[in-house]
Amino acid sequence: MTYDRFLNPGVVAVPPSGIRRFFDLASTMKDTISLGVGEPDFKTPYHIRNSAINSLLDGETQYTPNRGLLSLRREISRYLSDRYALSYDPGEEILVTVGASEAIDLALRAMISPGDEVLVPEPSYVSYSPSVIFAGGTPVGVVTREEDDFRLKPEHLEAAITSRTKALILPYPNNPTGGIMEKKDLEALVPLIEKHDLMVISDEIYCELIYDGKAHTSFGSLPGMLPRTITINGFSKAFAMTGWRVGYACGPKEMISVMNKIHQYGIMCAPRMGQVAAEEALRTGRENGYADVLTMRESYDRRRRLMVESFRAMGLHCFEPYGAFYVFPSIRSTGLTSEEFCSRLLMEKNVAAVPGNAFGPCGEGNIRCCYATALDKLNIALDRIAEFVREIG
Amino acid sequence: MTKLESSLLDLLKEDCRLPLEKLATMTGSTLEEVAETIDSLEKRRVILRYSPVVNWDLTDRERVEAMIEVRVTPQRDMGFDAVAARIYRFDEVKSVYLMSGAYDLLVLVEARTLRELASFVSAKLSTLELVTGTATSFVLKRYKEEGVIFEGDESDRRLVISP
Repeated sequence: MTYDRFLNPGVVAVPPSGIRRFFDLASTMKDTISLGVGEPDFKTPYHIRNSAINSLLDGETQYTPNRGLLSLRREISRYLSDRYALSYDPGEEILVTVGASEAIDLALRAMISPGDEVLVPEPSYVSYSPSVIFAGGTPVGVVTREEDDFRLKPEHLEAAITSRTKALILPYPNNPTGGIMEKKDLEALVPLIEKHDLMVISDEIYCELIYDGKAHTSFGSLPGMLPRTITINGFSKAFAMTGWRVGYACGPKEMISVMNKIHQYGIMCAPRMGQVAAEEALRTGRENGYADVLTMRESYDRRRRLMVESFRAMGLHCFEPYGAFYVFPSIRSTGLTSEEFCSRLLMEKNVAAVPGNAFGPCGEGNIRCCYATALDKLNIALDRIAEFVREIG
Repeated sequence: MTKLESSLLDLLKEDCRLPLEKLATMTGSTLEEVAETIDSLEKRRVILRYSPVVNWDLTDRERVEAMIEVRVTPQRDMGFDAVAARIYRFDEVKSVYLMSGAYDLLVLVEARTLRELASFVSAKLSTLELVTGTATSFVLKRYKEEGVIFEGDESDRRLVISP
């Protein structure tokens, strides 16, 4: 039987993620050291896991309100206000979602009409452009360049804006580059956002993982930008809670209300135990100065320095990433494409990294290496990569 | 303790064979700073030794371990220190801790055979005049030491590649 008649051609036409193909290849190997992961190597802190266990033992197994537990939304509101100078009303301006991914999807579906364009800086997380397409819009890539530290420059943004542009996705700190946008960089975008009447979907999932004395600025905290921003965040990266699937969207109540309509029909609510755990993460963090986050950040930072130095010592150009937990070294000097480099590295040295072009065409020439991996394995992986680079050089 | 000292101790506890160059890179310090700091930690006897965590069960070496709870009479002016010193000077004794609670000293002892260990307790330890009582518990199996789990699946459960 052929299913062409039953499948949506628009969805079928979207190519599978470049990551997926590489995943299939890597899955055939044994004892691979993987720098291809996109999640922390820490387990969720014990007290957070325990809070969910206790809630289950207490029989808290029901639906929560569509927008999420009010007590959790209050903690989110307080957290964003204390740490990022954002002001959101827990009642109407915060929506708890199944991971930040759902929040992005909802924001796009609530906003996009057929023909609308959404600007997506590249390289960036693999699911933005497909999500725009699934929502009926047209993704428009905006190149960010290594010589600009992978920051989004106003001139590149402006060049991509048309009369159909509706929104900009702002993915900083960035996966895969580790690039960040400092306050002045964000401020430079404001006149364009206002002039062209755009909404900003600011995906700040890595906001706690920022190093070397740099500070994260939330786009919505800039003067006049709160009504133009949907702030997306979650618990996966900061609190090592990827498998719990809890994230959130905050924004103007008119926008959140429409997003909640889709969420309420499609999802009902994020899992209750995940919400309970998320609330524990924020409440305890508020009380102990985010001790869990600080410990993890310090550990990432040591490994970050090691990665950058090691790639540079191999003779590869490596941009210094100040955010997330990835390095994005250039492998152009080896003469291989990103895919060739990663495939051969996997086959010949049993180390997995992700080809940069999986994150948009302009990621070609780089590879993404995640340093959220045990130090002993990281050292072995770096030795093997160095060996590989020598052999092909 | 400085931030660098604290970072270096964390890193060396994890892997004391990390070369100075890597320690310097990871802590954002110079080679000289790292070398001097480690030197100072060693001189101040903050770092006492660099030794591996060994799973003896995987070797053919005969070996018994016991934990002995010891009750003692503290001495005037010296408290427990003098009697602890008498005990820790025995080669069989690997560790000695002063404890709160039902007994005074916890003594970790290692010997080649059960007979040797029994003889240590009866001939050497119990006969010390300040020791008023002992309770010996033999170690049957070691699961975790120094933060290292000996058996069991602690493998990475993450997907090999994820976005």
